[in-house]
This record gives sequence, C-alpha cells and structure tokens, in this order.
Amino acid sequence: MAKTNPHVDVVMIGLGWTSSIMGMELTDEGLSVLALERGPDQDTVPDFAYPKMADELTYGVRYQLMQRPAKSTLTVRHGIQDLAVPYRSLGSFLPGNGVGGAGTHWNGHTWRPQPNELRLKSYVEENFGADIIPDEMTIQDYGVTYDELEPHFDRFEKVAGISGKAGNLNGEIQEGGNPFEGWRSDDYPLPPMKRTLNDTLFRDMAASEGLHPFPLPAANASQAYTNPYGMQLAPCNYCGFCERYGCLNYSKSSPQTCVLGALKQRKNFAYRANCEVMKVNLASDGKTATGVTYIDENGDEVIQPADLVIMGAYSLHNVHLLLLSGIGKPYDPISGEGVVGKNYAYQMNGGATLYFKDKHFNPFIGAGANGETLNDFGVEQIDFGQEGFIGGSYFNAAMTNGQPIRNMPLPKGAPSWGAEWKQAVQETYGHTMTIGSHGSNMAYRDCYLDLDPNYTDDHGRPLMRMTFNWKDNDVRMTQFMKQKIDALSKALGPDDYKLSFKDFDSQYDVRPYQTTHNVGGAIMGSDPKSSVLNRYLQTWDVHNVFVMGASAFPQNLQYNPTGMVGGLTYWAAKAIREQYLPNPGPLVQA
Amino acid sequence: MTHRIWFHALLGCGLLGATGAAMAANSQSADSNAPAQTAEQRGAYLARAGDCVACHTAPDGKPFAGGLKIDSPFGAIISTNITPDPDAGIGNYTRDQFAAALREGKRADGANLYPAMPYPSYAKLTDEDIDALYAYFMNGVEPVSEKAPESDLSFPFNQRWGISLWNWVFADADAFEPEQGQSDEVARGAYLVEGLGHCGSCHTPRGFAYQETALDGSDDAYLSGAALGDWWAPNLRGSGEGSDGLQGWSANDIAEYLATGRNAHSAVTGEMTSVIANSTSHLTDDDLQAIAAYLKSLQPAAEESEAKQSQTTPDQTEQMLTAADVDGKPGARLYLDNCAACHFASGKGAPQVFPSLVGNSLVNADDPSGMLHVILAGARLPSTPKKPEALAMPDFGWRLSDEEAAQLATFVRGAWGNHGDKVTADQVAHVRDNLPEQKESSKPDFQD
Repeated sequence: MAKTNPHVDVVMIGLGWTSSIMGMELTDEGLSVLALERGPDQDTVPDFAYPKMADELTYGVRYQLMQRPAKSTLTVRHGIQDLAVPYRSLGSFLPGNGVGGAGTHWNGHTWRPQPNELRLKSYVEENFGADIIPDEMTIQDYGVTYDELEPHFDRFEKVAGISGKAGNLNGEIQEGGNPFEGWRSDDYPLPPMKRTLNDTLFRDMAASEGLHPFPLPAANASQAYTNPYGMQLAPCNYCGFCERYGCLNYSKSSPQTCVLGALKQRKNFAYRANCEVMKVNLASDGKTATGVTYIDENGDEVIQPADLVIMGAYSLHNVHLLLLSGIGKPYDPISGEGVVGKNYAYQMNGGATLYFKDKHFNPFIGAGANGETLNDFGVEQIDFGQEGFIGGSYFNAAMTNGQPIRNMPLPKGAPSWGAEWKQAVQETYGHTMTIGSHGSNMAYRDCYLDLDPNYTDDHGRPLMRMTFNWKDNDVRMTQFMKQKIDALSKALGPDDYKLSFKDFDSQYDVRPYQTTHNVGGAIMGSDPKSSVLNRYLQTWDVHNVFVMGASAFPQNLQYNPTGMVGGLTYWAAKAIREQYLPNPGPLVQA
Repeated sequence: MTHRIWFHALLGCGLLGATGAAMAANSQSADSNAPAQTAEQRGAYLARAGDCVACHTAPDGKPFAGGLKIDSPFGAIISTNITPDPDAGIGNYTRDQFAAALREGKRADGANLYPAMPYPSYAKLTDEDIDALYAYFMNGVEPVSEKAPESDLSFPFNQRWGISLWNWVFADADAFEPEQGQSDEVARGAYLVEGLGHCGSCHTPRGFAYQETALDGSDDAYLSGAALGDWWAPNLRGSGEGSDGLQGWSANDIAEYLATGRNAHSAVTGEMTSVIANSTSHLTDDDLQAIAAYLKSLQPAAEESEAKQSQTTPDQTEQMLTAADVDGKPGARLYLDNCAACHFASGKGAPQVFPSLVGNSLVNADDPSGMLHVILAGARLPSTPKKPEALAMPDFGWRLSDEEAAQLATFVRGAWGNHGDKVTADQVAHVRDNLPEQKESSKPDFQD
C-alpha cells in the first residue's frame, strides 16, 4: 500500500539544471516546490573534493558519477526490423546521476543556437526549396524564435557565469567574437579563458586562412564571479578534470555552484535524494496530472500529490516517463502518427589529431571548455542546395585534459602494447592537439524512442527502446567538414595527423564515447499532431505537466545543448509565472 | 591554557555549528533589511544582534530553550531556557526583572547569573531596546515547557553570591553614552559592538579573574585580539594605515565580511562562523556599516613587543612556487600538492571565494592551532542571505601525517611575508587528538 505525502504546489522530477532554475522561479511565486532526485545528494565538498576527484580510473573510466546501467538503461537497435538489446555498459553517452545531474559532469561548452536553427524547416523551404528535404527526414520548427529566447539566453549565461567574447552585440559585429552568432543584448559576464598553445596556433592559422576564430564560450570561470543569485564561482585553475568529473574548485558552472545554495535557503523549497519517480499520475479524465508516484530511499512506494508537475530529468528519462505515464500519443514510425518518442536525434561529430614532434602542448593544463573555435561552416553559412545536405558544424581546437588512461593519442601504426608502445607514448604524449567538428543531426522517420516489448527494469517497467542510425544527409555533412579540417590540419604543418569522421558505411556504435547530447522524443512545436509540447514546453494533452530539457529539440542543433536548455527553461518559467499560474490551462489553443 | 579552554567553552558558539543555523532559520526570524515596525519585530532583530540563540539553544534543541552544555574547568555551565514558558523559562519575568537579568546579571529570584552571560556588555542597552527584547521574548518566541538542566559547578564556583564581588570589581552597569565628537554612525556602531554584539567577549584579552580587560573603545586593550581555544579572535582595531588589526580592511570590507563571512581578503573559520550565520548576516546594511565605521575609528593598540620580521617577501615565495623550485623544501612541496590549486602560488586565493593566506590573522597567530584545525578538518562558510554558497575547504587530515602538516603549516606561516613561528608535529598531534567528530570527510572511498 503506497503511502501518500502531503500535497505540494509543484513537484519536480530530477534536480539538475532545469529543476534548479525552475525551483528558483516558482518559489519566487510563493509556491511550495518539491524536487525528487533519483540519485544521491552531492556537493562540491565532500563529494567532488580535491584531490579525490582527480582520479581518472574511478570517475573517468569507471563512471562513478553516472547512472548505473544495472539500475537504469535502455535498449538500442539500428532499424525498425532489428531486435533491440540493452545498453549494458556505458559508452556512447553518459547520463548523470544524483543532485546536479549531468550539469555536474559536463565540460561546459555553452552555446546559443543560430536563429535559423530554431525555424530550420521554414528556413530550408524559404531558401532552398522544400524538395531538398529528403523524404524520410522529419525536421520541424521549434515554434519559438531566437528573438523571443534572447533575454533568457542572456539570463542563463549570467547565472552560469559564462566566459567568452561577444561577436554580435545588438547587431553590431565585434572583433574577436563569433560574427555568425545571433544578436545578443549583452556580452558574456566573464572574459574568455586564458589561451593555450593549441588555441593560439589554431587561431593564427584560421585567421590567416580568412576564417573567423573566437574563444569557445565556457562554463569554466576565467575569474572569480558572483552571479545574480549571489552564488559564486572560483577562477578555473586548468586542472584538466572537467568532463566526467564534478569540479573540485568551484570553477565549473553547475547547479551546485550556480543555483542550489540559494534555492536551499528558501523555506518553500525541499528536495529528496534517492527518490525515483515511477510515473506521473493522471486524473480519471486523463487531462490533468494529480502528482507523481515514486520509490523512496527505503524502497517504499509513495504518492506525491501536486498541482503542477515539472519534468526535469535527463532527456531520455523524460521521454520514458511520458511513455510510462500515458501522456501524449506514442509515435508510430510506420504510420507517422503519434508524437511521444518522435524525432530522437544525436550529434554528428568528427575530428583530427595532429602530432608535432617539437611542440609541447602541456595537455594537463586544460579545461573542459578551453578552446579556440570557428563557425564559418555553421548551419546558416552553408548553401544546402549546392552542397547537398542540411546541417552544419562548429570546429574547435580544445585542450580539455591530459589524463593518461584515455588521452594517449598515438601516431598511425604505433603498436598497442609492449616496448614499442611505450616508446610511442614517450614520443607522443604532450605533442598532439586536436581539431574537432561538432555538428547537427537531423530527425528521421525511423529514428525514435518507444517502450521495449522484451526488457524490463528492476521495477518491472518496460525499458525504453532507442531506434537510431546514421543517415546519408548527415554523413555528407560530416564529410564536407572532413575536407575542411583536412585542409586546416595541413595548414598547421604537423609532422603527422589522422582524421576520424563517419562515412557512408558507418553504423551507430554504442561502445565508444561520442557525446551525451541525446535530444528529441518530447519535441516542442506549433501543432499537437506533430509535437508533444507547445512552445512553452507544456504538454498539449495534460496542461499541468511541463517538460524541460533537450528532449524538446525537434532535431539537434550544431551546438552543445546546455545553453539552449537553460534559455528554454527561463522562457518556460516566465510563461508559467505570467500566464499559467493566473489562469491554469493550455497556454496555446490547439 | 586553562583559561583559554574556559573561554572557548564559555562562549560555546561554535558548538552549535550548522544545527544552530537551521534552528535559527526555524525561529521567528528577523528579516534582515525590512524596517522593523513593532516592538516585537524590533526585539527579534535585536535578539539576532545579540546572538542569544547561540548559547541558549542546545544542539538539535528548540530555539532559546537552553540546555547547551558549556564545559569549564569549574564544572558544566548549562545555558538556561529563555522562552516565555512561566515555569521552565522566563514567562513570569516582569519587564524590570528581565532588564536586571540583561544588565546586571540578576535572576528574578535575586541570584547572580554566571558571567558567561555577557551582562557587563548588555548593561549598555537602552530602555527602548530592553522593551523591544522583552516584547519579543514574551510574545514572539515559542514557549518550551522543558527546563534546562542545572549547571553543575564545584565548590566554590557554585556559590553564586561570590559573583557579587566579581561584579563589584569588574562589571560596569552604566548605560551607553556616545563619546564626544562621535558621529551618529560611529556611535551606533559602538552601541552595537560594545553592547548587544558583545564582541569583546571573544576579541578582548581577559584578565586574571577572566574578566574582559576593557569594555569599551576608550581603552586600547578593547578588541585588541585574544586567544579562544584553538582559535585566534583577531585584533579588530582598524584606524590608521598599516597591517595591524583591521587597518588593511575598508569599512565596506568589514561590512561585507559580517554579512557574508567572506570578502576580498578573508573567509570566516572557527567560532565566528556561527556568529555570522546566526547574527551578523541578518543585520541591516546600515547597522553593518555603523559597526564597520566604529571599528575603523579604534586607534591601534600600543606596541607590546617588536613586530616580527618575515624571512620572505610575497614575490619571492610566488616565484619559488611558480618555478616549482621545491627540492629540499618539503613544506613548499606539500603546499603545491595540496593547497596551490585554490590558494595559488601567490597565496592570495581568489576574492570572495578562497581566502588569502598572505597576512592572514589565523595563519600568523601565535598559536597555530586554529590554522592546523582548518588544515586537518577543513572549513565551511555559512550560507547567508547575500552569499548563499556554503563554500568549503576539504579536510586534509586523512592525507597528511603530523609531520607533513607541521611542515606545511611552517611553510605557510613563513611564506609571502608571513611571520608565524615554526610548527611542530607534536602541536599537530595535539590539535588532531582534540578535533570534534567530523560530520563529513573528503577521504576517497576506493570501493567501486
């Protein structure tokens, strides 16, 4: 018999970036807000403390901060005729676990989308014609514009204390910034990080090639900073333990360093760790949610009544919970009908590793978002009609770390063991830099998420099933980027270099790490027939359920998602505060 | 050493720690910057300024219900229930009996309070503030019907009549009078510091009978710094140029420190942490500026001994650490391996976030115990309304041997122009043996 908790105004599922922000916004309204976090509570000290965190084997290789596949995973297959099997060993992507979520273990690349990425389908149709969109490609507009989101991007950048250089201030192009970015009302709150050798080599070469290099916008503080909530960041010391680690130095923007201390002070906020939500409960008419059911830290089932449900779990878990809760119609790839699970997308990346016998890059002096970038081959810069693909990338020469187990690039032909391997390591370590291509991934009719018919989790619920593979359009995009990076690599004059890009025979491989940018499945849009959420992240079918996060992206941006996720969260919060709370109901009439 | 333990215990503030902060948050709180309207609201604010909750609340106990055990060489002094319960607390006190308790240390039945209660400071309270505090304690505090246990002192210290003699010699029951020429702001600061704030209880040296050797700013011993158990309650006299006392801090630096526990120079540790959490972070900006203005008006204490000379300059140490020129310098090497990530080669840390070790009063204190305590057990800032992040330094005691901690502390106390004496492994061992039980540790757990 499940016990029932006292009613709260708002229950939030998960306590990462989006719930932290939403907690601040909704407690501002005087509402009682409860966050339920599946994983453990964690904070900089003692959980991420120096020197414990600088342990590559525990955190980098054995994924101490990530979700445990034995507790929570999904199944994966390439096509709708295939049998999906469980993702039993983490590889391709790494969902977080515990308070702060993936916001604790990210690198900190913080981008805004280009304005036309948010209206991609319209942009393509207007500029290149609808007929260049392949039949199986199901791209859509977001239903919200860049101009509408701009104040919210700005807000998130100030809360997160982003280090960078503006390239477009109110329409005026700024020297040294990204000239291809959308307009911004203000510069970044902190100046760019210090430059490392790879940055300056890449910057000087790119500039001499007529390109437009600029510092990567970083959620790694270049200076001590106090944000609008009074929360503080310390100057990054370039220790090289960002991605897969919690920051030991209060330098990486995270819910812990940027929001939670302020949120915990509020008497109308509470959170419970080790509490996993099983489903959102619906009223008998199925049109409103009554709260959630969760399993508490003792393994007991608890019903939490609430007037408003904010889904702030990782994107994949948001979609899973929608499917398990019966909110929205599940997507059917055969008929193309239904919406929940539709348009799952990923990220199309590639890169080059360059070896310089006589240069010392000191890779152990690094930071997650330390890098020089360029956006000359972005979504808005490419003639899709001429090049034969839809999409774009940004390039970055980053020096994130010199961790010895995983960051040991060796030249072509080097043996993988023995004395010659040792010699190759000696000759190579510290002598390489990389140029990465980080690119968009379109949505397709048969790339989607649904409930697996065969596998269940330890609560007896069906696992979610991911059906995904690489498509020719995106391979053409990355092959285009390969040519560009090949030329840029040559221009840097390395002693040797190697390229790694997907090709037309590439299959999605869950084993090697690629990126934790899983998007879509609970997509936003303008029409309930083709989207789960309206433009305010409110579910079309159950008006008191709002779904945060990158699950709302109809296809993936060329950029890392967190800046967009932060901006969307503030945008949704404003709509809830100003429109929904005075008059609860659908914010957009279907 | 005995009297140090006595006063450390007497004040007892640090024993509350985070529990005190949580309890205070649950009590009727005085919102920091809202103008207090009623006498009761003003009283709540004044109770914050006096930090009454710190001593009159037991760990995990109800606010103001007393029961905090304060060990002393003479026996356990136990703080009393000052909630308005008529039997267990002070509910039957008349306004005048309440005033006598605050100003003269007289219980309603005429017995003397132990001078753990800072009535020599509270004597300065105005009638109006006594009225407000009375209104708050009678109407704004939740009554608790449980009596706090009796103090258990041995003869002759259990003879409360003996305190009359002490009072006659040491206590000064005169109300506050501004000094001639004091601005209103400085006078307000003096009233808060010398009166309710009872800052001298920790920051003024004690005399042979444990009395504060001065009770107001006219005597240059007042707030000139004192040992407090492991910790050093630093010299707060801030007038003039130089590095003595608070001379290097601006009035804004002081106000910011009291509001948030951190500023461009330093970060709070030890007993002062709960004072900031429970008391000063809830004061208005105007009152904090007044306190700062008053401290900046206090002339430096007369030189008692020759200033200690340092063997280093800031630049020399920074260059040595930047070059990692640490062969044969185990303390410097330990600093690079353990401390430099946050405090940097400059020793300056980062403004508002990581305190500077250069010229730091805890680092340079005669007794290194406070600094060793921080190295071994770590430290955590309070979460305050203006700066909510409870920034913390991890504990290094699990990682450093006594000898290593001594080498490290010796290095830091002599680096960047600091002038602290050498630290021995025995001193580290003593501090380590007496650390309170740690609630959290950053020691790695190598199980997977």
